[in-house]
Order: sequence, then C-alpha cells, then structure tokens
Amino acid sequence: MSARILFSTTGRVLSQLRHDKRTIALIVAVPLVLLTLVYYLFENQPQTFDSIGLIMLGLFPFILMFIITSVAMLRERTTGTLERLLTTPLNKADLLFGYGLAFAVLAAAQAVAASALAHWAFGLRTDGSLVFVIVIAVADAILGMALGLFFSAFARTEFQAVQFMPALVMPQVFLCGLFVPRGQMAGWMQALSDVFPLTYAVQGLQEVGSHTGATGLMWRDLGIILGAAVLALVLASATLRRRTA
Amino acid sequence: MGSVIDITDLVVDRGGRRVLHSISVTIERGSVTGLLGPSGSGKTTLIRAIVGVQLVRSGTISVLGYPAGSPYLRPRVGYVTQAPSVYPDLTVRENARYFASLYRGCSRQDADRVIGEVGLCDAADQLVGTLSGGQHSRASLACALLGRPEVLVLDEPTVGQDPLLREELWARFHELARTGSTLLVSSHVMDEAAHCDRLVLLREGRIVAYDSPAAIRTATGTNDLEQAFLRLIKAQAVAAVA
Repeated sequence: MSARILFSTTGRVLSQLRHDKRTIALIVAVPLVLLTLVYYLFENQPQTFDSIGLIMLGLFPFILMFIITSVAMLRERTTGTLERLLTTPLNKADLLFGYGLAFAVLAAAQAVAASALAHWAFGLRTDGSLVFVIVIAVADAILGMALGLFFSAFARTEFQAVQFMPALVMPQVFLCGLFVPRGQMAGWMQALSDVFPLTYAVQGLQEVGSHTGATGLMWRDLGIILGAAVLALVLASATLRRRTA
Repeated sequence: MGSVIDITDLVVDRGGRRVLHSISVTIERGSVTGLLGPSGSGKTTLIRAIVGVQLVRSGTISVLGYPAGSPYLRPRVGYVTQAPSVYPDLTVRENARYFASLYRGCSRQDADRVIGEVGLCDAADQLVGTLSGGQHSRASLACALLGRPEVLVLDEPTVGQDPLLREELWARFHELARTGSTLLVSSHVMDEAAHCDRLVLLREGRIVAYDSPAAIRTATGTNDLEQAFLRLIKAQAVAAVA
C-alpha cells in the first residue's frame, strides 16, 4: 500500500463528487427531508421521535452509502478504468481505502447535518453526547460503503446493483429492532438479527440515547460495526481480480 | 537490442470459444510494432494478455524478462484500452494528475506535459464527458504517456482522429521508440501499417505474417498493404486445402 496513492485516490473520488453537485445536495438534503417527515409524523409523541429519529440517524448513512458506492464501483468496472488501474502500480487496498476515506468525509457531512437538525430544530433528546451519535453514524456509513463495494462485484449492470439495496439492506432494517424490539422476535429471526451488522449500529445508538456516558456495550457495538466493515473490505479486495476472462 | 515481449504458444479461450490459437511472437526493444487485423481477429485479447489482465489457457508471455502482469512491470508498462478509460466526470487535467500520482516521481508538470503532447491544451479544464470521441480517446492516451513507460501497449489509439493529429501521434510514437521505449500499437485500418517498423498481421486468432512492411510488400509483390494482407490470406487458404 502507498499513502500517496491512497490519498490521491481519495482526492480523485472527491473531485468527481465536486463535479456532481446534485448528488452532494441529494446526499445531504434527503435525510433532512425524511427526518422532517418522521418528526411531524410523531409530533405529538416526542418520546417516540426520540427513539425512532435517533435510529434513523444511523440508517440514512448506511443505506445511502451502500447505494452510491455499489454504483460507483460498478462504474469503475464497466468503464474500463478499473482494468486500467490494475495495470498501474496502484494496490487494490489503495483503491478500496481511498474510496472508503472519500465517502467517510461525505458521510460525516451528512451525519453532522442530520444530527444538528434533529437535535436543535426537532429537540431530539439523547442522554449521551451528540458526538457519539455522529461517530456511530459515520461508522454506519463506512459499513454501508464496505458492503456496497463488496456486493457490487456480483452485479453486472446498474439495474442489478440498485436491486441489491432492497435485497440486502431492507432485511437488516426490518430486523434491527426499529419496528419490533429484538426481544419480541421469533428465535430464528433473532438469530438472523444477531448476524446482521446493522443491528449493532442501532443498539449502539440506543445506548447513547439511554446512557449519559459511553457504555461498554456501545464501544463493543462500534467495534463490531467497524470489524464488519473491514471484513467486507477484505472480501471486496478479493473480488477485484486483475485477470478476467 | 534484445527482445522485450516474448510470447510462446499462447492459447486464450473467451466465452467457450478459442480466440487465440497458439500465438508465438517476439518484439524487439525500441521498435514500433503494428498489430493489424480485422475486428474480431484477437488483437485486443492479445494486448490484454500482454498487460496481464487476460486469463490465458496456456502458453507463456514474458515482458522485460518478467511474467506478464507481475508487480515489477506495473510502473514500466503503459496501457491504453480500446474504449477510452478515463473518468468522464473529471476534467482532462484532473484525470492526468490522478494517473500521474500513481507513478513514483511523476509530477503535476508531467501531467500538463502529456496533455500538450496529445494536443488537448485548449480542453485541459473541460470535463472529459463533454469532449468529442477523438478528444476523449486522446485524454486516455495522455494518461498512458505518464511515467515514461518502457513498454507502451496501445489498443487502437488513432481511431477517429484528425489526419494531421494522427501524423503527430505516430511521430510521437517513433520519438518514444528512439528514446528506448517499445511500442505495440493495434489498428484495424491498413493505412496505419506503413507507420510501423514491424507488422503482426492477425486473423481469426492466428498470425498471418510477422515482418517489416517492406518485406511484406516484397513477398506479396504489391505496394498496397491491404492487398498484401489479402494475398497472404488467400495463399494460406490454398496451402491449407492442399
């Protein structure tokens, strides 16, 4: 790996985004609009908003980053730039972590905007610090990005890549404890929920919501999220083959 | 001088079909070799095998004494794909600077220099996606000239280019060869063949001829290389029947 190539790859991905202002606007604005909808949905039940709004702060970055990275990596494959890059001194890890870093910057901007709106405009209350909410949201973004990079290897077209979102993301959203507390699920569903990394993102946020200081469970959840992200990145690097038929 | 690319008994299958049938060829240092043949003759597959991105069935390919695609070769072999492979959502300059950053010792000035070499100075700050087809492929070519590669493998780099610019590009290729680079340039247009020191004529995954343009003209008794190619194919078809 080379720090020079990694950072220049990050810079390149950010430059591409800079030329696509509409995408940046959508990434930052869409969560704000959705959060506003949810706020007014539970206008008379501020406690419900406190729990659901909080979880949504972790879901937005996960879902959005999954979609944009799987499409971005698929584009590298279909335009031939990936094949070309793999004939240069660039290391696969430089490329993947370069992407990771660029999208983490974007995710941080998104998380700060959404958390700020939730906290100051809608009075979302958490016992723990807002900083931890943002940290977990960024970790969720990195997880979504890593899974997106990995699963993009299994899509040949953008149509397929976009379908991976409902196929791989929605089950995690259903079983993460947002709709039904995990304790009330059937055993096999709980088992599925246990292996879905998004579960730990939600649990981590709930810890911040109900405890003033950082809890051990929160740190463990954060560790699991980042560990799953690293695992997905390693698997993604195995799918980047230099030689193809 | 010595050989730079050594291919022995290369066999490649793609999509269950044999694309290259036991190709053997040696390419000398400091030469401009043209890889000519009709569309579907296996030019791109051969090129992909040389840069080490093609899965091969059997045979050996060594470049500068190393197996094709080995890490040693990555800073030393430049590759331009047939479809331009640069980022359409970046400007020409941003593309060149990014590819420059991948090579040790390559500066921003080098990036600006190669943009000039392919005649894109006026379009340097334009998004690649808004360029014409010819400009787009030149932007892709510029990025392969970075890092002064010892071996430059170009898949149809002059297709759709202005005739004057095509002359300039060929002059540039020969200049690179004079300074010790070895170039392999594919084309499906026969009138490009005269620009090359040596020609590899490829048809249906087999080498029809490998010689200098002059030797091919003499052997076939025609000055027109297109005709020469035809005569060679016909002669081989007759030989195969007999």
